This record gives sequence, C-alpha cells and structure tokens, in this order.
Amino acid sequence: MSDSAAPSRSAPITPKLSELFVGFLEISMSGFGGVLPWARRMLVERRGWLNEREFAEALALCAFLPGPNVANLSVIIGSRFRGVAGALAAFAGLVIAPLLILMVCGALYSRFGGLETLRGALSGLAAGAAGLLIAMVIKMTAPLASERDIASLLFALATFILVGLLRVPLYWAILAIAPINIAWCWWRSR
Amino acid sequence: MNNEPLASFALHLALLSLVAIGGVNTIVPELYRHFVEVRGVLTAQQFADLFAIGQAAPGPNVLFVTLIGWQLAGATGALVAAAALTGPTCTLAYFATRAWDRFKDAPWRKVVQAGLVPVTIGCLGAGALVVTRAADHNVVAVLITAATAAISLWGRINPLAALAAAAAIGLAGFV
Repeated sequence: MSDSAAPSRSAPITPKLSELFVGFLEISMSGFGGVLPWARRMLVERRGWLNEREFAEALALCAFLPGPNVANLSVIIGSRFRGVAGALAAFAGLVIAPLLILMVCGALYSRFGGLETLRGALSGLAAGAAGLLIAMVIKMTAPLASERDIASLLFALATFILVGLLRVPLYWAILAIAPINIAWCWWRSR
Repeated sequence: MNNEPLASFALHLALLSLVAIGGVNTIVPELYRHFVEVRGVLTAQQFADLFAIGQAAPGPNVLFVTLIGWQLAGATGALVAAAALTGPTCTLAYFATRAWDRFKDAPWRKVVQAGLVPVTIGCLGAGALVVTRAADHNVVAVLITAATAAISLWGRINPLAALAAAAAIGLAGFV
C-alpha cells in the first residue's frame, strides 16, 4: 500500500503486448461487480507496472473522461507502455472474456428468460441489482452532504428531477445543468 | 432489428457514451427512456433483468449494454453495441492521456471535474429510480433492494454474495 515501501521509480517494468493482454484479461475475470479495485491490486501490487501515484493519476483521468471507466483505463495504461498496439492489446484482454460470457447469457436469456423458475431468480437478482445502484448513489452523495455543499446537492437534485422524473432526454439535461454548475464552481473557486 | 436500423442504434450509443460522465451507469435512465419508453423494444422487466445480469456477470458491468444489443439483433447487435459504446471514448482516452500531463493541474480541469459530480449523481439517481421501479413489483422485491443497498453500504461481505442471495430468494419463489 504505502508509497514509501515501494521504490517510486516511474514504470519500473515495461510489459510486453502479451502480458498486457493477459493482465487485463485477469482483471476482467476477477472483477465481479466492478473491476477497479481488482485493477489496482493487479497493476500496482502484483505486477508492479505502476506505483500508487501513477495509478491514482490514471484513475483521475478516467474519471475525467466520459464512457466506460475501466475500458478507458486499459487504453491509457496499454498506450503508455506500448502505444496503439498496447492500447488494443489491453482493451482486447479486458473485454474479450466478458463479451463472450455476456453473449452466452444473452442467448440463454432470449431462450429461457420466460421460464417460470428462472423468472423468479431473475426477479430476485433484478431487485438486488437495483439495490447496488441505490447504494452507489448514496456513497457518492455522502461527501457532498457532509461538506454541506448545498449548491451541489441542489444541482444533483435538479438533474435527478429532469432525467428521472420528467424523463427529459439525457443530452438536454446535461447540456442544461453542467455548464451552469461548472460556472458556479468556477465562480466559487475564485 | 425491431424498427430501428443497426446504424442508428450504434450512433445513438456512441453519442450517449460521450455524455456518460462518471461511468456508463449514468446513461441507464436514457437507455431505459429510449428502449423501453420511446421505442418499446424492451419491456421494463426485460430491462431490469438485463441490467441485473450485467451486474452479476464478471468484468466491466457496463457490458450490460451488449445484452441490450443481443436482445435487439443477436450476436451482431451485441458486438455493435460494445464497439459503439467503447470506440469513441477509448479513442478520446488514447489522445487525452498524451495531453493529461499538461492539463491535469490546470485550474479549469478541477473546476470542470467538480462541476460534473452533481450531474453524475443526478443521473445515477435517475438510473436507480428507473431500475428499481422496473424491478420491484412487490414487498419482497422492495425488501431485497433495501437489504442489498444496506449490505453494499455498511456490510463487510462481497455485494456479489448479496446478489446471489437475492437470486436464491427469487428462485425459491418468494419474489
């Protein structure tokens, strides 16, 4: 964990293309219900491709970019070591197995999704998955609430009302709220 | 594909991926609006099922979008969905990582990032609302949702174990 224990050389190991592929394949297969914690364990602790600070910076960039965070992470780390080929190798390693598994799930669902017994299991699973999403929202809201960041909470609420209750298309809601909120953060930071 | 050509499906997902700020779960409410409410190609229950399978399967849970693709157009639909969702943003990531050192400490970067957090939370909240409404038809389902959320927030066990328990309760015929 601690930065002081590990030498903080930049990129002490340069993985080969095949290692990038296998490394991200391993990450994808261990990451049940969210991959990021596994990515840290594999990249920083096990293989030593990145130190803690480098991993944190890659994550910060992923959080800044739109789209699937872990897919972006694979491209960022792959390209850093091996350019375009590295990005493709890491990305392919990350998505290939889950893609195949999900296609099998999709086929099974199309065929058996209506069966009575399976119907029950899926209903239970769906209710559980909804709970995980609710927990994620609460976890992200808690820091704003504890900082008493009323403005941010109100902007979050406005987005929720527009998208969740009024069913406004997501693009319009984001185009309406994000610039105002960014302007507000800019004004506040001065 | 039911009344939507594959190309427009791909374009829609590609555009959506670019506004998926803070991960792909933020576009869940828009996917629901589009495929369930506007196009009517999935039922609410199917949407909730596919979302749940995507969460329970290994790997980036965002691949649940490929399940929607599968449901609409088989294997081709799944591959098109995966490519459309990851292609544009991964290309962006490739170029951004080169520029990142220059702008990571810039004041505007922090302001923009902080300004987007509430939008992400609002979108995730909306996603939680539509998925919960689609999944919870009775008291037992509501209790499962509440219990899973609580376990994920305060529990010390893997959330996947909670999902497995939820599926088992359903399999036993209680939901």
